[in-house]
Amino acid sequence: MCLGIPGEIVELIPGQTDLATVDVVGVRRAIHIGLLGDQGVRPGDWVLVHVGFAMSKIDEAEAAATLALLTGLGQAYTDELEALAESDIT
Amino acid sequence: MRFVDEYRDAEKAKRLASQIRELCEPGRKYTFMEVCGGHTHTIYKHGLEDYLPEAVTLVHGPGCPVCVIPMGRVDDAMAIARRPEVIMTSFGDMMRVPGGKGSFLDAKAAGADIRMVYSPLDALKIARTNPDRMVVFMGIGFETTAPSTAMTVLRAAAEGLTNFSVFCNHVTIIPAIKAILDSPDQRLDGFIGPGHVSTVIGCRPYEFIAGTYGKPLVCAGFEPLDILQSIHMLLRQLADGRAEVENQYTRVVPWDGNRRALEVISQVMELRPYFEWRGLGFISRSALRMREAYAAYDAEARFDVPGVRVADPLACQCGEVLKGVLKPWECKVFGTACTPETPIGTCMVSSEGACAAYYNFGRFTRRRLEETSLT
Ligand code: SF4
Repeated sequence: MCLGIPGEIVELIPGQTDLATVDVVGVRRAIHIGLLGDQGVRPGDWVLVHVGFAMSKIDEAEAAATLALLTGLGQAYTDELEALAESDIT
Repeated sequence: MRFVDEYRDAEKAKRLASQIRELCEPGRKYTFMEVCGGHTHTIYKHGLEDYLPEAVTLVHGPGCPVCVIPMGRVDDAMAIARRPEVIMTSFGDMMRVPGGKGSFLDAKAAGADIRMVYSPLDALKIARTNPDRMVVFMGIGFETTAPSTAMTVLRAAAEGLTNFSVFCNHVTIIPAIKAILDSPDQRLDGFIGPGHVSTVIGCRPYEFIAGTYGKPLVCAGFEPLDILQSIHMLLRQLADGRAEVENQYTRVVPWDGNRRALEVISQVMELRPYFEWRGLGFISRSALRMREAYAAYDAEARFDVPGVRVADPLACQCGEVLKGVLKPWECKVFGTACTPETPIGTCMVSSEGACAAYYNFGRFTRRRLEETSLT
């Protein structure tokens, strides 16, 4: 749960405050972006996602590295990814 | 592949390892604590101890959210979950954590409505779609997850939902580190600082560790080479006679943390006078509770909770493991009575727990560097 997963913001969900669609290795889900405060996010930005919330912005290079590591982490990453896929935030 | 090779490159790891070896003064022993369970996981997954000289020992810290939840709080949560009107929602990691009277999984098997969620916002959605039921979210974790719980409460309030509340067990990392520093049976030379907690709190809160206790701390990322580099930075400080807070994980951790996340926490929650940690005992001002203004969303205010303190099982040595005094395999029940399927202690439950990391990766002894590679 403390294992954040990096994802790419695909779009800000119209008509919803602080919700955005994020893509994590092909899995697309809604996440909350309100904790980023003034920083804001735009499609194409990479964020570190913890339990359905963007907790910090990361640059794409960092995201790729972390993603690659996490894929190698095996089970813990798979669990986190499955848990994300189960999520259905609206 | 770009980035992967950079961070996994066994050659780089070996070079770092030899620089680490060069920095060790002959005859001197170094003990570093990795505070965060995510680091423990990386260290065992990649066999990083095999890259370190005998003089360097890594011990595992208390930074595993479910490991530190005391039995009494699990029992309290189950008392709430058993009420017929309640739907209890929880992160998956929590499901197997044993209380005095079994775990959430046991209670679920016995008929309680307990549902696993990925996010507190999923719990909020369950509340929206079940207006005749009371939905309770089991809030656990350090500053990494506390802002999410707090933000979810704000969202519930904005929507005017009246059937959602939080059983708040959020804890804060600094008092736990201080308790370990003050513990008489511990002798540490420095800390590998938590990565993701620091995205929220930043690096400043650790300055007392360097200033008052004279020990270096390096905030570290989660790649194998991040951790080796952090160890190198710690040894460099010791060789130079410095004790400072340094940030190895600059690409994610801002020095000042996430101000908005901290504001949201303090809007909704306040420090408890004290809180019990499994294995570590009562630590003052170490956990969060809901503020009076949000009592309507506070499960402890809405429901009667027994609040009984339950002693840890006699066989359980999680306290020693969480303080880094014992290695997991030194616990008498490790791998025999206590396994991930039938955990006695909490450190065996989560993938971030030290005992689970040892058990899953079968790292009971150190192997020689030549036999290992960073895969
Ligand atoms: S083996 Fe089990 S009981 Fe022993 S310290 Fe680890 S989790 Fe606790």
